[in-house]
Amino acid sequence: MSLPIGMPAAPDTTGPVAGTEPGPVAGRTRPPADHALARMGRAIRHNRKATTGTILLVIFLFAALFPGLIAKDSPSADAYAPKLGLSTAHLLGTTAYGQDMWAQLVYGTRNVMIIAFVVGLAATGIAVLIGVAAAYLGGLWDGSLSLLTDVLLVIPLFPLLIIIAGYAHGGGTLVLIVVITVTSWSYTARQLRSQALSLRRRDYLEAARVRGERRLYIIVVEVIPTMTSLIVASFLTNALYAVLFASSLQFIGLGDPNTQSWGTMLYWAQNNAALQTGQPMWALAPGACIAALGAAFALLNYAFDEIGNPALRPVRRKRVTRA
Amino acid sequence: MRFVLRRLGFFVITLWAALTLNFLLPRLMPGNPALAMLSKFHGQLGPGTLHALEVLFGVNTQKGLIAQYFSYLHQVFTGNFGPSLDFYPESVTSVIGSAIWWTVGLVGVTTVLAFVLGTGLGIVSAWRRGGRLDSVVPPVFVITSAIPYFWVGMVLVLIFGITLGWLPTQGGYYVSTDSPGLNLTFFQDVLSHAFLPAVSLLITTIGTWILTMRNTMITTLAEDYVRMARAKGLPGRRIMTDYAARNAILPNLTGFAMSLGFVVSGAILIEYVFNYPGVGFLLLQAVQGEDYPLEQALFLLITVAVLFAILLADIATALLDPRTRTAG
Repeated sequence: MSLPIGMPAAPDTTGPVAGTEPGPVAGRTRPPADHALARMGRAIRHNRKATTGTILLVIFLFAALFPGLIAKDSPSADAYAPKLGLSTAHLLGTTAYGQDMWAQLVYGTRNVMIIAFVVGLAATGIAVLIGVAAAYLGGLWDGSLSLLTDVLLVIPLFPLLIIIAGYAHGGGTLVLIVVITVTSWSYTARQLRSQALSLRRRDYLEAARVRGERRLYIIVVEVIPTMTSLIVASFLTNALYAVLFASSLQFIGLGDPNTQSWGTMLYWAQNNAALQTGQPMWALAPGACIAALGAAFALLNYAFDEIGNPALRPVRRKRVTRA
Repeated sequence: MRFVLRRLGFFVITLWAALTLNFLLPRLMPGNPALAMLSKFHGQLGPGTLHALEVLFGVNTQKGLIAQYFSYLHQVFTGNFGPSLDFYPESVTSVIGSAIWWTVGLVGVTTVLAFVLGTGLGIVSAWRRGGRLDSVVPPVFVITSAIPYFWVGMVLVLIFGITLGWLPTQGGYYVSTDSPGLNLTFFQDVLSHAFLPAVSLLITTIGTWILTMRNTMITTLAEDYVRMARAKGLPGRRIMTDYAARNAILPNLTGFAMSLGFVVSGAILIEYVFNYPGVGFLLLQAVQGEDYPLEQALFLLITVAVLFAILLADIATALLDPRTRTAG
């Protein structure tokens, strides 16, 4: 699986606004988290990659929340003649079992989105916890937590996932979520650790220490909010991995073949030799959706990368400078 | 030197972690899955192989976990992985031995190609910043990096294999009409079967090389010594290759050394889509047929390959980048 390029150190969100955005600088000081989120909102509007990614993501979110509004058929009923072609009644035709493919596609969105968001959040949570704790506590803590991260980082994940899912005998979505979360947090934990390390000697953290705050308080209230943009990037990376890994596992039959999802659609398509028997849509449509959802996460991630590292921004030949 | 020693230590620790994981996984799973496997083959296995399997998976043993662990380690280090159950009575080692060359040939060659082409495109793309290549390449490959590569394989099968009928889409050679041998027909046969899987891999992996090279190169091009070279009036081609690219290529080179380790495992799903008789396909067969000895051995092989490659990358970095030598 080709990995997205590692994020370079994220922008300094604590100092005064770097001269990257012409937005107005408020006279009063804002809390750093609010600040970072506001920057992100602006970025989404101004960066073409970010806009595309956001639009794609919103479409898929809508399909996941209200599939019934988009597809009128039931995804599981074998109610129609098998192997129908594309028509207005069946936008993508029907499967070899007589199920409406468009309905399967739309209803399958929810499973992928749940996996993407739950794994994204959980893996990022673990990554933040371990990365920041390692950087902030230092010493033996850092040594052992970093070692754990590095070991997990180099063990080939996909074969490991296949083996664990194989031992677990296709235990369905929950097993997929747990297995992917447990194995995939290390990449982002490493990035978060390096950024937290660079924050360690900041004055405001020294001030908090001098005030006598507890370590947990400092980590949760002072360190983590300043890392918001990198944490969001970590979420996007983990969500992308989750989409690709989960769909791949379902495709090879290591998920529960009865769930409605894009990966299981591909599994049934492959099992019925859909390509060879003139039903290419059965395999093409779910694959295209996986690609589009993955691209949404990847585009947002690259957009944040560009925002953090102005050198990578696309060169515009003619640009009217805004007053 | 200290840097290399430290990385060597890391290598040993990770290898140990992988071995331990391999030992613990079947034992941790609810209802040791190996039990079912052994009862399925009850009566067909000789006492020697039965014992080997019992040691590997911790079945029918009165020994404690620690003692089991040591006899497991002993068996692994003496290279006894037991028989493959799907291919019984062939041993796991011989089954893997016949599959690995297919994978090394297909994925190895593709990895080298992707690295060379991708790095070249990345250099040119960064050098002609904002040019036609540079405006097309990055966004296209942002998207290809998110596409599941087995799906690219399926699309190629559909277009070139089924619709156009130009190329074979299944297997490593025509099993029914051809037999392996050192002759031109077999060679062409293998090549035509490898073409589509190789292209799918190329499409999905080349983007990372291009983007890493381009992004490092852009940073390097802003360095003072590049400006100095320009000021001296050196020809552009020389600045591009000898000054900028030469210094920017390091991340790509270490990445290349690492990707050599992923040759063994990097194409599992491509091999699955094309029924290509390599290691990845074998792993999936083993998982689906619950051939646990084969699974364990393959996972170890894959991990060891990756670990060796990472060690190689570290050594290459230490040799090529003087900064790591002083920092260690």
